[in-house]
Amino acid sequence: MLSAFDRRLVAATQEGLPIVRRPYDAIGAELGVSAESVRERFAGMLREGLVRRIGAVPNPYRLGYVANGMTVWDVDDALVDAIGEKVGALACVSHCYRRPRRLPEWPYNLFAMVHGRSRAEAERAALQIHCLIGDACRSHDILYSSRVLKQPGLRPPADPTIAVVPRNTASK
Amino acid sequence: MMGSTIDPVDALLLHRLHGDFPLSERPFDDVARELELSESEVLDRLGALLDSGMLTRFGPLYQHERAGGAFVLAAMQVPEARFDAVAAMVNELAEVAHNYRREHRFNMWFVIACACPDLADTTCRRIEQLTGLTVFAFPKEKEFFVELRLAVE
Repeated sequence: MLSAFDRRLVAATQEGLPIVRRPYDAIGAELGVSAESVRERFAGMLREGLVRRIGAVPNPYRLGYVANGMTVWDVDDALVDAIGEKVGALACVSHCYRRPRRLPEWPYNLFAMVHGRSRAEAERAALQIHCLIGDACRSHDILYSSRVLKQPGLRPPADPTIAVVPRNTASK
Repeated sequence: MMGSTIDPVDALLLHRLHGDFPLSERPFDDVARELELSESEVLDRLGALLDSGMLTRFGPLYQHERAGGAFVLAAMQVPEARFDAVAAMVNELAEVAHNYRREHRFNMWFVIACACPDLADTTCRRIEQLTGLTVFAFPKEKEFFVELRLAVE
């Protein structure tokens, strides 16, 4: 669980790090602590796994990855965990989870996200996953996103053109 | 707006800034030195990448479940005629972090981000009341891999 200081640190960096020469000083000033305490706590949170990484989150669409496919698989329960590990290790997979089925509407228990510059590229990734799962796969599907309706840091667009909220640069 | 090509220096910067951001006094200066750029150039370019929407975020990526929070993927089968109205109702809720339209009978997929699992349940029920549609929740049971790393060139 998070300490009171951790919670303040999370709140202060909800929108990301300030893009300034001394970002940890800026956060420290906001929280009334030294830059040193901010840096030490981030190092601790990285060690404890509370922070996965400190870095950039790309927008796949804007980088040319326009085919965003959620591949979903109905995999034998006895094998799904072992297979999930292998699917997650594929370079073409960005997220991989086991989730509950919702029968009868939804038979799939393994979810793997793939990103391609084209649907053909995404299909190739799906085929790679399919080969890996092999006979343990009873059925599968790929759900392409056709519109971003809401995304953190981005204003929900009225049309498919993604509008951007300027952020992170106010104190530069 | 899609498929824009990226400046080679921006590509280099994105590659470097994926992770391992220095926990030093002037981290952007450290990154700049590694890439043989100036600190100002790194700051300007990163600011521009965020402003243009090429990046959605720069900073610590929290593992919210470990921090006691809950992220729940949920989906609905929304009648086409009501799609935009339902999207507006769902997006209105602060607990809804992401929302995507997908080409499927389950055509709306969103992520509910809450301080605890109970609140995520409450939010699902609230969306059902607001929209009159069934919310199918798909909480993660096991995570195998999470890292969006795209080749930029």
